Amino acid sequence: MELQLISVIILGVIAIATALSTVLNRHPIYSAMSLVLHFFALSGLYLTLSSPFIAVLQILVYAGAIMVLVIFVIMLLNLSEEEKRKLIVQSRQSVGIIIVVVFVIMLLVYLNSGTIHYPNEGDFSKLFSAKSLGDLLFKQHLAAFEFVGILLLAAIVGAMVMAKKKLSD
Amino acid sequence: MNTLPIEVYLGLSAILFSIGVLGVIIRRNAIIIFMSIEIMLNSVNLTFITFSRYLGEQTGQIFVFFVMAVAAAESAIGLAIILALFRKKQTVYVDEVNLLKN
Repeated sequence: MELQLISVIILGVIAIATALSTVLNRHPIYSAMSLVLHFFALSGLYLTLSSPFIAVLQILVYAGAIMVLVIFVIMLLNLSEEEKRKLIVQSRQSVGIIIVVVFVIMLLVYLNSGTIHYPNEGDFSKLFSAKSLGDLLFKQHLAAFEFVGILLLAAIVGAMVMAKKKLSD
Repeated sequence: MNTLPIEVYLGLSAILFSIGVLGVIIRRNAIIIFMSIEIMLNSVNLTFITFSRYLGEQTGQIFVFFVMAVAAAESAIGLAIILALFRKKQTVYVDEVNLLKN
């Protein structure tokens, strides 16, 4: 209990801090670096929920594949720091902050409104291991798995078509 | 082994989702908006894993797997759109893109 509580608090604080620094940083490359840290913190949170397979997948897919893509695009575009903005944008920002504060209050109030009993005893590490999840994935959800392959293929083709230089101009 | 109340994880997930919403609303850099969307997707993944753990149900983990696959596809398409936008307009700031306006 104590060990789990301490690790959840530390990882949660890291996750919130890095998410805030992702959103508020002026330069996109610093945002991307904070986002990598955020993904690692979330992976640790998945470990406290005894889901090692998803934790590894989080690092492989998000911190590995997606963030490399994002950082490559940032370097390709050669962006500079975003300058401070005029009045219109600032009013839009304050409206956004108000909306988000209301949203947080709503979510937290809704969270405290119910008392449901969850059967959270027992050892789940075998249930959530890569072996049993792979069993489920390739037996019950095989069609969805194949469709994800087609989706990724379509995404690759679409990305190449959209990002390539037009030969005419 | 796991005796933390479920509200700890759900509250953390709600806060992370709200930070993502904040990023989408107040930023004008398309790349940072894109990264905020990733934060929102990840907070929803955290909710899925939390409920899957507390209910002892494997399906939530399978769902997270598919969400990750769709997020990978979305990131490829989104970054290609940002690249094409930059090539056409020399900017990634979404308030300077008003092709449909006039």
